[in-house]
Amino acid sequence: MIKQDSPRKEYNLTIYTENNVGLLSRICLIFTRRQINVESLNASPSEVEGIHRFNILIYETVQGMSKLARHLEKLTEVLKVYYHTNENVIWQELAMYKVATNVIEEHVDVERLLRRYGARTVAIRKEYTVFEVSGQRGETDELTSVLQPYGLIEFVRSARLAIIKDSEGFNRKLREFDGIV
Amino acid sequence: MEIPDTKTNEKEDTRNVRKISGALAVIEALVAEEADVIFGLPGGANLAIYDALFDYEQQLKHILVRHEQGGIHAAQGYARTSGKVGVVFATSGPGATNLLTGIADAMIDSTPVVCITGQVFAHLLGSDAFQETDIVNMSMPVTKWNYQITNAEEIPSVLAKAFYIARSGRPGPVLIDITKNAQLQEFDYRGYEKCHHIRSYRPRPIVREQYIQQAADLINTAKKPLIVWGQGVILGGAENEFKTFLEKSGIPGAWTLLGAGAIPSDHALNVGMLGMHGNYAPNVLTNECDLLIAIGMRFDDRVTGRLDRYAKQAKVIHLDIDPAEIDKNVKATVPVWGDCKETLPLLTSLIDKREHKEWLRQFHALYKEEFETVIYPELNPVSGEVTMGEVIRILNECTKGDAVIVSDVGQNQMTASRYAKLNHTRSKVTSGGLGTMGFALPAAIGAKYGAPERTVVVIAGDGGFQMNIQELGTIMQNSLDVKIIILNNRFLGMVRQWQELFNDRRYSFSDMENPDFVAVAAAYGISGRCVSERSELDGAIKDMFNNKGPYLLEVMVGKENNVFPMVPQGAGISEIRLR
Ligand SMILES: Cc1ncc(C[n+]2csc(CCOP(=O)(O)OP(=O)(O)O)c2C)c(N)n1
Repeated sequence: MIKQDSPRKEYNLTIYTENNVGLLSRICLIFTRRQINVESLNASPSEVEGIHRFNILIYETVQGMSKLARHLEKLTEVLKVYYHTNENVIWQELAMYKVATNVIEEHVDVERLLRRYGARTVAIRKEYTVFEVSGQRGETDELTSVLQPYGLIEFVRSARLAIIKDSEGFNRKLREFDGIV
Repeated sequence: MEIPDTKTNEKEDTRNVRKISGALAVIEALVAEEADVIFGLPGGANLAIYDALFDYEQQLKHILVRHEQGGIHAAQGYARTSGKVGVVFATSGPGATNLLTGIADAMIDSTPVVCITGQVFAHLLGSDAFQETDIVNMSMPVTKWNYQITNAEEIPSVLAKAFYIARSGRPGPVLIDITKNAQLQEFDYRGYEKCHHIRSYRPRPIVREQYIQQAADLINTAKKPLIVWGQGVILGGAENEFKTFLEKSGIPGAWTLLGAGAIPSDHALNVGMLGMHGNYAPNVLTNECDLLIAIGMRFDDRVTGRLDRYAKQAKVIHLDIDPAEIDKNVKATVPVWGDCKETLPLLTSLIDKREHKEWLRQFHALYKEEFETVIYPELNPVSGEVTMGEVIRILNECTKGDAVIVSDVGQNQMTASRYAKLNHTRSKVTSGGLGTMGFALPAAIGAKYGAPERTVVVIAGDGGFQMNIQELGTIMQNSLDVKIIILNNRFLGMVRQWQELFNDRRYSFSDMENPDFVAVAAAYGISGRCVSERSELDGAIKDMFNNKGPYLLEVMVGKENNVFPMVPQGAGISEIRLR
């Protein structure tokens, strides 16, 4: 193996694929085989109809990333793989919190806290209230820890979604692949 | 873009539409792809396909194997000698899982094979039905592509994709799993259209001219350049382009196990085999060259030895069709992405005609040393037990280098690869990347169908031969003219060699008591003979070739002979040992 001479960094992978059964398995097999831990993974439609977009967050070295990207592009149903460090993407994660409703009623500071973090109420029931915050890892983590003492009932965070700053989208590239451009 | 005239299309469509079963569509696809030989074995889940096949005796030859592993290795052997896509049929469950070793082998050795497996009815998927296995998921990491068909309508287009993916770019195995209902289903068949493009799949990277120029500049200024070539030259059908490049550049070239034969063994610029049991000169001088030109090879660890002691002093030009190979193991100074059939002529046109006499002399000097200490005594022993090398020497005298040599794995493989004389490309078939014992016998069956005019010789050890010994039945049933040489050392020889060299001769479970191989062959109606005396060897090999039809020759060779030179595992290649 080539010496892993650069440090591991957070990388945002963007994978454009056909929308086929089993593609997630194929992609995950490559991570498993290369012993890469997936920090978060999101599959969604993309800006192009019929084309799927995976957003995957991993820790890797620069050299590791270029090998990984080429390995992923070997999959016959993968159209294109991009990878970016955090500076080169706009990224967000969505977090949801479930807290007992009476806690919020009794503690004014909790309500203040939620407002400070830009939380949006999704559901209010007699027993519990659900909030949603979208932001970056640090912010949602912070809110989790401040809510913890008040009895956080449930917490869940989505995979990271990332938009590439320096990208014109996939439409043009796809026309190239179709052999039209 | 041309706009199709929908009206006439509609008319044509109805005229050309036929109601056929999915099973028949499979057979029609194989006819259209000119898959003239299929290897396989029927079972409950592919019965419908076999039933459809029954009426196609004229167009498709089917060879019934004795085990599905034999089937896929035969398909691989066929692909390797013919350059076409090998096809294998297997039923669901155990039939499909029996293919896996061969699929993995084809994947790592870039062999184009299409596997068609039967599967239980779609409504039974996931229910642990009889002979249901999830072969699609199981084979995912060892196929270039795979797919499960549950609806007959998909059969023509999916099989067209399968053949296209298997053969294009860097070839590889594709598995198509077809549920029983899809095989039985009648649907409107509109004919078969070959696939030439899949938008998400780009088998040929775009050639970048600036890299060609940079590569040519490096070649034109190099003082001690060395070419290392692999199977890519053969897979790309670029033997002639390679030869022209080699001869114009005047650069010595060495080959990987699977690159053997792309240039004849006795070509003046062919300086031998690379790697663990390769020749002394190319291994030692890899660490002395100033420029390494890698063509269609992937720097396997058996070729490079310890990477941090591999060609550190050299600049590297890497020609490969698979972008993932560039910088994977060895950093390329200049990456030349592309099909070498395309890139080599571009490069040839930019390089100067040169000779490297002084540098070649260094190869010759080291060859002389290897010849005296290793090669001559191995090929021409005067006393003691028979050596594997002398068998190959006599074989060369008989074949003149024109035969297809199919070797198994172990000492027999290394000896055959080192010494077999090859005049033609696609003449050396062996399991390289996976090192699958048991590969040779079934692969030879396929090799013979892939090159029916050629002499096919199996070289196997007593261990590996027994791993697919049942395929003697396939040879018998088809009276297939395959010559089999078992080099019997009564050991798992290569394992024993490692135990001798690295484990203080602690021969832990590597010695073997064997059956009477000649009697086994006789039971299959195959003639044979066993020899242990040097004096009989020459005559025995000649007799084998004079005998019409299949023949098994068992040669009792020295029990504890070793294959040298050897690069010990974990050592740098220039630490290669001559003894
Ligand atoms: C299927 C498989 N199992 C185990 C091995 C490990 N292995 C490599 S070489 C070898 C010995 C082969 O012995 P034999 O076939 O008698 O050939 P020889 O080395 O004696 O020529 C073994 C067991 C292998 N390569 N393949």
